[in-house]
Amino acid sequence: MCKGVVDVRRVVDISKHELVPKHEVMSEEEAKELLERLNITKGQLPKILKSDPMVQKIKAKPGDIIKITRKSPTAGTTIYYRVVVNE
Amino acid sequence: MLTKEEIDARLEELKDRLPESILKELREELHKVKLTEEALESIIDEVLKRYEYAKVEPGEAVGVVAAQSMGEPSTQMTMRTFHYAGVAELNVTLGLPRIIEIVDARKKPSTPMMTIYLEEEYARDREKAEQVAREIETLYLEDLLEKSEIDIVHQRVNLYLDEYEMRRRKVEMEEVLKKLGSVKGVSVEAEDNVVSVVPEKTATIKELRKLENRLKGIHLRGIKDIRRVVLRREGDEYVIYTEGSNLKDVLRIEGVDITRTKTNDITEIQRVLGIEAGRNAIINEILDTLNEQGLQVDVRHLMLVADMMAVDGTIKAIGRHGVSGEKASVLARAAFEITVDHLLHAAVAGEYEELEGIVENVIVGRPVKLGTGMVELVMRRELEEAKEAREAE
Repeated sequence: MCKGVVDVRRVVDISKHELVPKHEVMSEEEAKELLERLNITKGQLPKILKSDPMVQKIKAKPGDIIKITRKSPTAGTTIYYRVVVNE
Repeated sequence: MLTKEEIDARLEELKDRLPESILKELREELHKVKLTEEALESIIDEVLKRYEYAKVEPGEAVGVVAAQSMGEPSTQMTMRTFHYAGVAELNVTLGLPRIIEIVDARKKPSTPMMTIYLEEEYARDREKAEQVAREIETLYLEDLLEKSEIDIVHQRVNLYLDEYEMRRRKVEMEEVLKKLGSVKGVSVEAEDNVVSVVPEKTATIKELRKLENRLKGIHLRGIKDIRRVVLRREGDEYVIYTEGSNLKDVLRIEGVDITRTKTNDITEIQRVLGIEAGRNAIINEILDTLNEQGLQVDVRHLMLVADMMAVDGTIKAIGRHGVSGEKASVLARAAFEITVDHLLHAAVAGEYEELEGIVENVIVGRPVKLGTGMVELVMRRELEEAKEAREAE
C-alpha cells in the first residue's frame, strides 16, 4: 500500500553526466587492427558487462570492443578499450 | 621567425608522440616567444627526450609504488573523522574509514549522501529550489503527526495532524485524505486536524495497533531512501545535500542537473551510470577524502587502483575477496591471507603453479620477473653456429 508514486517524469541521458566518458563501438576492422597492434587477444582486454548502462545505450553486443575516450587529469585525454562480455 | 600557424603545424605532427596536455602547454609557451626553425626543433627534441625519461620503465613495480604512496599518508589520517557537510547535522564518514570503505567496494556506504545540483533556472531561485527539495525528501504520514491514538470504544484510530508541520512541508489535508482513501477495508472521517480511520469489520486491539502502524508508514511523497534534505547556497547557486542516496530516481526529477549531480555510493554510480563512471567516482572520492585531510597523493596511483578495481566490469574490492583473491598463482594467494585454505583448496583441486609472478618466485627463491629481471635473452642459434663454424676454419 505504501509503494512510491511511480511517475515517468523524464528520460535521463546518462551519457551527459560528467563522470561518463565517451563510449564508441569499434568497427570490425578497427578492432582487428587494435588487437594486432597490441599483439593481444580479446580476452586480455578489460571487460565491460553487457548490462552496463552505457553498453545498453550504444547498443553494443557481447564481443564488441568499446573505445572509451577518457578525460585524464594528467594526459588530457586517453583512450581505453573494453570488450563487452556476458555477466 | 616562425609564425604561430607554422608552430602549430609542426606540433600537430607530434600528436602520436606526446600527450594532449603536454602539447597544449607547449603550444601556449611557444606562442609567447619568437622562434627560429632551429630553435623550435631543439625545443621539441628536448621535450621529447624529457618525456621519454619521465615515462615509467617497463617492468617497474607500479602496484607496490601505488600501495606505498597511498598507505603512508593514510597512517597520518585521523582514525575517526566525521565531517559536517554544510549546515546542520549532515554528517559524512571521512578519513581512514571512508578510504577503507571505498577500497573494500562496500555495497552501501555507511553514510550515503548525495549532492544535487540544479538546472540554471532552479539554482538561482530559492522558491524553485525549495520546491525541488520538497519533491525529493521522503515524507511519511508519521512525520506529520502530532500524535496518534487508538480508540477502542469507538473502534477507530485517531490521527492528530500537526498543523505546523503541514504548513512547513506544504502538505494539504486533501493530499493526506486521498492517500488514506486508498487504504483498503477502512473508512476515513476528518474533523479539523483530526483524522479518524475506522475499520469496516470489528477489530481487536491487536488489529487496531497493526492498522495504526500501517497508517504511520504511508508514503506521502518524495524519493525512497532520501531521508533528509538540506538546501545550501554555494556561490550564486543553490545546491541540495541529502542524507540517503537514490541517484536513479533523483535524476528523473524535473529541475535536477543531470550532468553534475552525484552520490558517494560508488556501486550505485556503477549501476546507474556504468563502470567507467564508477571508476571515475572511485578516483574522485579517494582524492577528495585525502585532500580533505590535507594529504597529497599523485592521481596516477589512484588511477591505477581504480583501474584495477574496475577491470572486470564490476567494482571489486582490493584484498582477499577481490583483486588479490583472484590471482592465478596459488602461492601468491596463500602468501596474502588465509594461507592454509588456499593451499588446501589448491591441493584438492589439483592446481598448477606456473611461477610466473613475483611473490611465488620470491617464495621459491628464483629471480623475480621485475625490472631488469624481466628481460630474458634469446639467442639465435643459427647465427651462433655460423660464428663457431667460421672460428673453427
